[in-house]
Order: sequence, then structure tokens, then C-alpha cells
Amino acid sequence: MNTTSAPATPKHAAYICSGCGIGDTLDVAGLEKVAKTEGKMAVIKTHPFLCNAEGVQMIRDDIANDGVTHVCIAACSRRAKAEAFQFDGIALSRANLREGVIWVVAEGSDHDEVRQEMAEDYVRMGCAEVKKMTAPAGNVKETSSKKILVVGGGMSGMTAALAAADAGYEVVLVEKTGALGGFASNLYKRVPFNGPYAEPQPTGVEEMAAKVSGNGKIKVYLNSTVAETAGAPGRFAVKIAAESGSVTEELCGAVVQATGFTTYPLDKLPELGGGQANVVDQAGLEALAKAANGGAIKRADGKEVKSVVFVQCAGQRGTGGNGSGSHLEYCSGHCCATSIKQAMYFKGQNPDIDTVVMYSDLRVPGMGEDFYRSAQQKGVIFTKAKVTGVKGGDSCQVEFKDLILDEEVSTDADLVVLATGQVPNAGVNLDEWTATVTAAESGDEAAKGKKTELQKISVLNLNYRQGPDMPQFKYGFADSHFICFPYETRRTGIYAAGPTRRPMDMFQATEDAIGAAMKAIQAVENVEKGRAAHPRAWDLSFPKARLEGCTQCKRCTVECPFGAIDEDEKRFPLFNEERCRRCGTCMGACPVRVISFENYSCDTVGMQIKAVNVPDEFEEKPRILILACENDAYPALDMAGVQRMTYSAFVRAIPVRCLGSVNTIWITDALNSGYDGVMMMGCKKGDDYQCHFVKGSEMAYYRMSKIDDTLKQLGLEPERVQTHEIAITDNARVVKLINEYVEQLNEIGPSPMKGFG
Amino acid sequence: MTTANQSAGAKYKNSFLKEVEANVEDGQWVKMCMQCGVCAGSCPLGPAWEHSPQKIFMMIRAGKREEVLKSDSMWMCTSCYNCIVRCPRKLPITHIMHGLANYAHRLGLAPQGQPTREIAKLFWDNLVKTGRVNELKFSLAMYFKDGFGQGVKNAMAMQSVGLGLVKAKRLNPMEILGGHSCKDKSGIQKMIAKAREIEDRRKGLA
Repeated sequence: MNTTSAPATPKHAAYICSGCGIGDTLDVAGLEKVAKTEGKMAVIKTHPFLCNAEGVQMIRDDIANDGVTHVCIAACSRRAKAEAFQFDGIALSRANLREGVIWVVAEGSDHDEVRQEMAEDYVRMGCAEVKKMTAPAGNVKETSSKKILVVGGGMSGMTAALAAADAGYEVVLVEKTGALGGFASNLYKRVPFNGPYAEPQPTGVEEMAAKVSGNGKIKVYLNSTVAETAGAPGRFAVKIAAESGSVTEELCGAVVQATGFTTYPLDKLPELGGGQANVVDQAGLEALAKAANGGAIKRADGKEVKSVVFVQCAGQRGTGGNGSGSHLEYCSGHCCATSIKQAMYFKGQNPDIDTVVMYSDLRVPGMGEDFYRSAQQKGVIFTKAKVTGVKGGDSCQVEFKDLILDEEVSTDADLVVLATGQVPNAGVNLDEWTATVTAAESGDEAAKGKKTELQKISVLNLNYRQGPDMPQFKYGFADSHFICFPYETRRTGIYAAGPTRRPMDMFQATEDAIGAAMKAIQAVENVEKGRAAHPRAWDLSFPKARLEGCTQCKRCTVECPFGAIDEDEKRFPLFNEERCRRCGTCMGACPVRVISFENYSCDTVGMQIKAVNVPDEFEEKPRILILACENDAYPALDMAGVQRMTYSAFVRAIPVRCLGSVNTIWITDALNSGYDGVMMMGCKKGDDYQCHFVKGSEMAYYRMSKIDDTLKQLGLEPERVQTHEIAITDNARVVKLINEYVEQLNEIGPSPMKGFG
Repeated sequence: MTTANQSAGAKYKNSFLKEVEANVEDGQWVKMCMQCGVCAGSCPLGPAWEHSPQKIFMMIRAGKREEVLKSDSMWMCTSCYNCIVRCPRKLPITHIMHGLANYAHRLGLAPQGQPTREIAKLFWDNLVKTGRVNELKFSLAMYFKDGFGQGVKNAMAMQSVGLGLVKAKRLNPMEILGGHSCKDKSGIQKMIAKAREIEDRRKGLA
């Protein structure tokens, strides 16, 4: 299935650019000599302007006429001129002489020697790296489906289905109930999406459902659920089970999960009158308004409502909201605008009805402020208050503290509406799943029953080793790379949309759905070409394992942030390349180092580490290895160069795909070779992670927390290995960290390992 | 006219808000306040107010009719217009404060002896007599508003200023005898009476 296009006889070439001041600042002849004698390059050429058409043509000619297969470009950072230096089918490494050397080493002849040494080391590293590479060939599968599966037929699901169909893709839509529309079909009207944002609008759900049903590209399965999802992007085998018992199988390329939310149970809020007469939630009021259909809104007992109080944040926002504080921790975002809309139902029917909205912070994102103003114009009273209790009954009593007038008061109303929150329908919590499965496997009968229960609530029923649904984010919402890439999840080709991903209103849900549909389309297109999805979009490399060396330790299958690795029948790791995002966490995890990419492996980095010329302890020139995440830390280092900040010429930086891909062998190798210190720079971990691969940097921190033992065995100080969280904007900080570390290592003294390497 | 109603039933209901909308200058703006508190923070006399404009707006919505109308807060306004300039909801707060003060005064609920109210009353009574402000009589009325003894003390304290104004021909002592008036004294009095009649009718105070 995987082919390699590399010719039988590799030919290595190094091209040195002397432009951008490289030739003026460095001894280029010295660099050529290093590439020849130590790099053992067959072809070595220098060009004054390598990235211009003539320079690039020179390389192309060598590839075409001279059989060059491996190219090391010693010029600017790999992040610059990537398009110019792109040669199909050629293994390519970059020695960063511009951002990495001449722009960051202090000016002046005092620094000529260390600057030249640094540049020569980068040339050595580039040559060593490229020799261990092969050009990635991609992973094209012949039976690739571009059909999009949408799970959920509500506002988000229908929008996603229509967006994908409009873009020309076949869609399969699975809806659990007997009709399209979801929660929105229970609404009397919706909050306006367009100017002047003054009046509630018809929901438009029926029209949309008709459009979906009438669309030739969309196949709708009603009364159906997803019984199993097997495979990977481009080849998801989806079993759709109808209520009647029949099962249909569809081959899909990508999935949009738009399973929406459930309202927080009213009976869990007795302190706010939940469960008592004439106390309803917002959904309950929609039902009353729908029944009235523009006439006087009547309570369940048939009495016409003359006064109504809306209690915002009911059982939401922890202690910041109303209720005991032991309910939902978060703000559901839509409820303020929803209460405003519902107060308008009353005012629109009879302006004399007293409508009071009790809020602690009125949150109306977007153009909701106009909607709020419109409600004020209509005479809806807004009271900043903390509600302490609600008593239902014929005349409801609302006890509250007026936060503006600072007094405890109460008022009566015919009807009280509690603005309760959204609870996501995100399927099974994978931590719970793993614990249950582990217990069930060890023979626990109760756990076996629980496993069956969990399978019932699962949305996707994935047959992945890591569990049947997407990993969940905070508060049980479906996974989302919240800070940087909200559509991204940890299940490649599966995208969450709407309130299952985070609390949101109808307008946001429709926008979200369109975004998720676009991501799904990207996914199927990338799969067809055998390349990666975000964040290494278009990457053609993918992990390969030498299974004959595998010890079946399962660390790769457990640690893969994307659940890409299953187990085959012999319990060896089974890679699903289409699910893989190419972070290399499996490679970093593997204790026997049998996992590698064609152009990124334990060897490509290991050989760079070993290629560096480490001076002996008497030269007083320490060497520090920097393993920098290519997503944030390496760009920050480059930016330090662009801004002409200066850092020590004793460091040697190697970009890594993710800190998660760092194999501890690299650290051991570096320390054995006499490096004085190792700095690892990755993204922020934890709940507000910035790691592009979500869990990669966290894994790295976990592994490095255990490296102290290794250091002790080597007789080294723990300070010799450091891990830092670096954001892409941390260019000034990264310089400070490097320079401080050099100072610190000067105090500790040279590594005792020097000369043994 | 709606009567004062502070029963629980009227709390956080629209009755007083509607009364304010109908009878107070720019009163229809009160419901538009979004309780940000910028007016309260911007008022240079803020600490002297018992209730900031923000609170007054909330009290109106909470149905606190007596408390609002009997308050001396809106009488503290010096018309600096800071609040109007800064209000993000563009409420004409200064005008509403004066409107509320005026409405309370007309209802007879405004606080007795409130200095701003006293000076306003003296000024108005002085002006409507002749159509011109008699500065000498106005000053004397101010000096003697708290009794004869205090009036003499006030006048003696201001003696040198008064004589200076006379010497500079800025104050005519003969004005004490009645003073000058506008060309059509009865005309302007009729005009004011008519205006009041119209306003009373509009506000239901007749």
C-alpha cells in the first residue's frame, strides 16, 4: 500500500545561499568545505540569490540532469521561501543560516569565530539530516469516499448538510427522531439574525427541513442512529440502524457530529421553584407561546398571564448565577437573548403585561445589543438581581436581591421562566469508557453491564481502540481545539458542530455548521490525495513501524492524541494513516524506536545531534541543544532573528513536529555527546492548551518528568534538561530564556560527559 | 393622576414607570438605561447625591414612587452635562433629572427647604412679576430667606461688595422701589399663565 519513489542510488547535494548578508557575514568557502569533507555531499554549489528563479532553476537542473535526490539548502529558515524550495519527490533539509545564525549572533568581529562555528554546525546538521531522509510518497487509497455523514437533523445538522450538498458533495443525514428540525422546531419564534434586530422572527425550520428533504444530494435517515463507525477518513463504514431494526451500511469520507443539546432538568432546581406550578423553563415557555400562537399566552391551568418574571442564569455559571451553585459551571450564551425574545412574545401581544428580566450580567453577543434595546423600548424591565428563591403556585413569589438598590425584596408574578442551560449530547466520556472496559476485561460483571449502557448513549459508536466517541472537552462538550482551531477535534475527519461543541445560540450554530462542513470537505479532499489534515496540512509523510522490533508495549496506541492506532489480531499496532495528523507522538513514545516517518525519524534528528561539533571542556564553549516545536517555539526563535534580537551562539536549534515526538533517546544522545544542556520548547499544556496536537506537549512533559533518573544514572545535574512552554509571540522571552540558561550552565560548569561521546 | 402606590403588587411593575413616561420631561428614556453606572461615576457632585441617576432609574422601574419624588438627589444636578456626554445609551440624563425635580415640585412632594429648590423658587417669583429679574430684590430675598436677623448679618457681610457694585454702576439702589420691567408686563404674565395651563392639562395637574 505504501510505495517509495526514491531512486536506487541516492545523490546528495548542498546548496549554499550567500544572499541576505550570509556571504558578507560568514566564510562561505568554509561552509562549502564542511559540506564536502564532513557532510560528504556529492554536489556543492553556492549562489548569491538562491531563492530567485535562476537559483531555483540551478537546483531543478541538477535534479533533472545530474540525478540529485537529496537536497540540503543552507540559506534561510525552513519557514521562509518554502514554496520556492519545493521539489516533488526530493528529500529536503534546510540549514537555517539567516534567522538562525547571522540575524541572532551579536555583530562584530569578536563574535566571528562562534558565529562561523554555529553556521558550520547547521550545515553539518542539514547534511546529516538529509542523508537519513527519503522523500514522502503519500498514502493514496483507491477506494476513497467523499460522502459526508451528518449526525443530527437539527439546525446545525441541516445547515451542515445543505452546505456540503451545495458544494457538490453527497450527504448522508442521520436523525434519531421521526422529523427534521431538532430543538428549533419546538420554538415559537427565533432571535433575529439580521438587522434591525428588533423583533422575534419565524424560525424557518420547516422551510429548511423541506429543502433538506428535497435535495437530491442529501439522503435522510429518520428514526435512525449510528450503530457503528469503522475505518478512517475516506473510508468510514457506517452502520445506520433504524428503529424498525433494519441496518443500512454507508461508506462515508468524513463526519459532522451535530447532536445538539438537552435542556438542564428543571426538577434539579427546586430552590428556584423547579417542578412547581407555573414555574417553567425557556423550552416550557416556547410551548405555551406556540399553543397561544400570537394570542394571549396562558399558563398550564388556563389562566392568562398578566405578569411574568424571567430568572437568568438559572442553575448556570456556578455561584455567579442563580440557584445553589452546584449545577452547571458555564454560561450557555443564548439564554439572555432568548429571554428577551420571550418577553417580547408578551409585550407584542399586550404591552400592559409586566415583564421583568432578572439578570446578573446581561450577555447578548453580536448584534444582540440592538435586540436588548428593542426590548427596553417595548417596556421590558431589566433588573440586575440575584434571585434567592422562587415559590410556584397561583401567584408565584420571587425573592431576590436588587443588586443596584442593594436590598432584599420580593415580587409576585403569574408565571416564572427559568433560563436554564444547555447540556451537550456528546456521547460517552472516554475516561469513563476506558475505566469501564478495563474493569470489564478483568471480569467485573457490573462493569460489563455499564459498558453496554455506555454503548447505548454513544453517538458515533466508533470501533477505535481509544473508545466509541470523540474525546470530551471541559464540562462534557465534544472535543474542540478551543483556543486556536475551534473546528479541530482529536478524531481526524470527524468535526463537531453546534451546541454539542460549546454552548451557543441558533445563529452561531448555523455558522458553526457551515465551518464544520467545510472542514469535512477539506478532510475528504486531503485523504483522496493521501496527505495530512490540519495542522500539517498537505504533509505526505506518515508513520511506518518496523513491527519485527515491536514489543507490543501499546504506548503508541494509548498516547496517540488522535486515536489513529488500533491493534491488529496479533496485538501489534495497526496504523490508520488517514486518521493520523503526523505529530509523531507515537515516535516519541516508542521505547524501541521502531516508528518513523520518511522524512522525520529518530535518525534524522539523532544524526543532527551527533553531527554537531562539541568542543572540549577547555575551550569554554558550551553546547546547548534546543528541541523547538515547529508550530510556535521555532517561529518565535525565527521572529527573534527577524527583529535582530541576539542570543548566545552556543545553542543549536532543531525543529520538531511536536514536543510529543521527542524521543528520550535524543536527550540521552545529546548528553552522551557532551552537550552541556538541553532546552525543550513546546506549546502550553493543560485545560487551556495551545498544543496544535492537543496532547503532544502534555505527553512530553510527562515523559520528561521521569528523566531525572536517567540524568542521575549519567551523573548529571537535573538542570541540564529544561522544558519550557513557548507561545508564538514569545520571541523576546525565548531570547531571555536562552541567555539565562547559558549563564546558569556557566555556573554549573561543563558537562563531565565531554570527550566520551 | 396615578396615586402613590408602594404595595408589593406595584413593585417591579410598570405603573410608576408609565407615570414618569407620561409626566416627566424625557421620561420615556428611563426604560432605556442599561445600568452601567457611567453617569454615577461621571457626576462631579456624585458623593453629594443620595441616589445616583443610575439608582434613580432603577428605583423608578422598581416602583419606588415616594422615595424617588421625595428625594433631593435630582435637585443636586448642576447641569454640567457630563452624564449626557458619557451615557452609552444616549439618555438625556440632565434633562430627566430636572424633569423629575419639576414633577416632584408640582406634586408638592419635593423636599422642603432644599437650597436649590429655594433659589429656583425665589428666582421664578422675582422674574414673573415684571418680566425682568430684579437683581437687588433677588439678592435681598436670598439674604433674608432664613429670617430677619440672618438677613441683616448676610447684608452686612456683603456690604463692601454691594457698595462696589453701586460705585461701578452695576447696581441701582432705586430698583428697590419697584424696578424696571419689560415693555408688556401683563402680556408676559398672561403668556406664562397660559403655558402653565397647557402644561397642567398635559400632565393632569389641573
